[in-house]
Amino acid sequence: MNLFNIFDTITQVDPEFNERVSPRREAIRNMMSFGKKVSIAAMPFVLSDLFKQAYGQTPTDVNGVLNYALTLEYLEAEYYTMGAAASNLVPSGKPMGAITTIRDHEVAHVAFLKQVLGDKAVSKPTFDFTAGGAFAPVFSDYDTFLALAQAFEDTGVRAYKGQAALLKGNQVVLTAALQIHSVEARHASHIRQMRRARGGAAAEQKPWITGANDSGIGAAVDPVYAGEDTKEQAGVDITTLPGIEGKLSMATATQSFDEPLSAPAVLDIAKLFIK
Amino acid sequence: MKETTSTQENFFEGNNQQESKRLDRRRFLKVAGAGAAGIATLGIISCSKDDDHSGPDMGGEGLYFGSGDIAILNYAYALEQLEAAFYIELANKPYGGITNWEKTLFTDIRDHEIAHREFFKAALGESAIANLEFNFSGIDFSNRDSVLMTAKTFEDLGVSAYNGAGWLIKNEAYLLLAGKIVSVEARHAALVRDLIDNGTFANSEVVDDAGLDVANSPSMVLEAASPFIKSKIDVRDLPTY
Repeated sequence: MNLFNIFDTITQVDPEFNERVSPRREAIRNMMSFGKKVSIAAMPFVLSDLFKQAYGQTPTDVNGVLNYALTLEYLEAEYYTMGAAASNLVPSGKPMGAITTIRDHEVAHVAFLKQVLGDKAVSKPTFDFTAGGAFAPVFSDYDTFLALAQAFEDTGVRAYKGQAALLKGNQVVLTAALQIHSVEARHASHIRQMRRARGGAAAEQKPWITGANDSGIGAAVDPVYAGEDTKEQAGVDITTLPGIEGKLSMATATQSFDEPLSAPAVLDIAKLFIK
Repeated sequence: MKETTSTQENFFEGNNQQESKRLDRRRFLKVAGAGAAGIATLGIISCSKDDDHSGPDMGGEGLYFGSGDIAILNYAYALEQLEAAFYIELANKPYGGITNWEKTLFTDIRDHEIAHREFFKAALGESAIANLEFNFSGIDFSNRDSVLMTAKTFEDLGVSAYNGAGWLIKNEAYLLLAGKIVSVEARHAALVRDLIDNGTFANSEVVDDAGLDVANSPSMVLEAASPFIKSKIDVRDLPTY
């Protein structure tokens, strides 16, 4: 299913649909159509124009969030680009297919955010994915590569969530951030499945996060999962709610809600990999 | 992708029993647009254009979602009810040849959706809509393909619903909660897609060239979900666009 099929289908069912959509709705649709049909290189003018149409001007705090997101996307894009290019690292076939899919999304996120920010975009940091030697075999040992990929994806999901409030009410930017956020969660789900298939420390791992650090990577990534073991949401203790057989379990309570991570906590993690 | 097509036909077209309901909804969407086109947060109006304002269809006797953030929370609650009901049915009638790992995954997902449903119910308190009734007659629960394609449709739709409704939410705490839930739905969506065809967790059906997932307005999502919802709902004050 994709958005354009839905538009088409709804237009068939409800011929007045297009007349009912608001100008903003149309702006978003156009923006996404451009994403599909126009090469990224041709987008800057068009996109910034659309953004100006939708808001007038981009507030400073929104730019801060976008640059924060861009920094994380730079990191992920370079990580997967290097991983996919490393010889004898990612097995050919399904694994390489998945890694290149994820790489292409991260590269697209970088391009998208840079176009949105224009000359306000921060430049790419220089990365050291061995984190000063802590992950020395990151581009020679496949399990290490996948482990770090998981840490980045689960961190990314938490990072976007942590900034949602600053974008509240912002149709274009919040929506785009959410659209990136859920793609990162899809990646996290798949990387977790890839690691499970490898067995070893990740053999019991699921596509969702159970408790705090369930990665099997060790205490090095505890900060990535800090607070994921909460069972309370908006004052409601999930383990007091009725399930199929008695109350919902602690595992269910932690799996069913992904927690946000503050910008300082995320940057502390990211700094390990920035020279 | 023949199955995709048939599921989508089923999904959007429903069956004959739903035809009249869908037409009612068409009429009411048309009315909604007539007075409010161009306003970003136009409310859906369920009254008939020519009649008095207590008109039926999804108004009056339907379950009223409320307005503003409460309506959006009830909208999320309705979708979580739908998903929970589907996975409860799946767990009760597992398809032939289901593996232990698939059972574990679907039991987990069922419990996540129940957690989401019960959370919204508790959080909404007296503002919560009643339990919805669903129509799963188009799903062959004994058939793995039918079940997985439906699961994929529901999960992708759920992701698109939260992505598309986020900016309509006024309260920061509610927005954060929506964010906490949508990424779990995206984890489900990716997993279900991989069970159908490994590697399709984020393919071009759901992620565009800019790397963005799908986002849909509440009215689009409800339109898509309507074949599965038997109860009458009154979403006249639900923010949408």
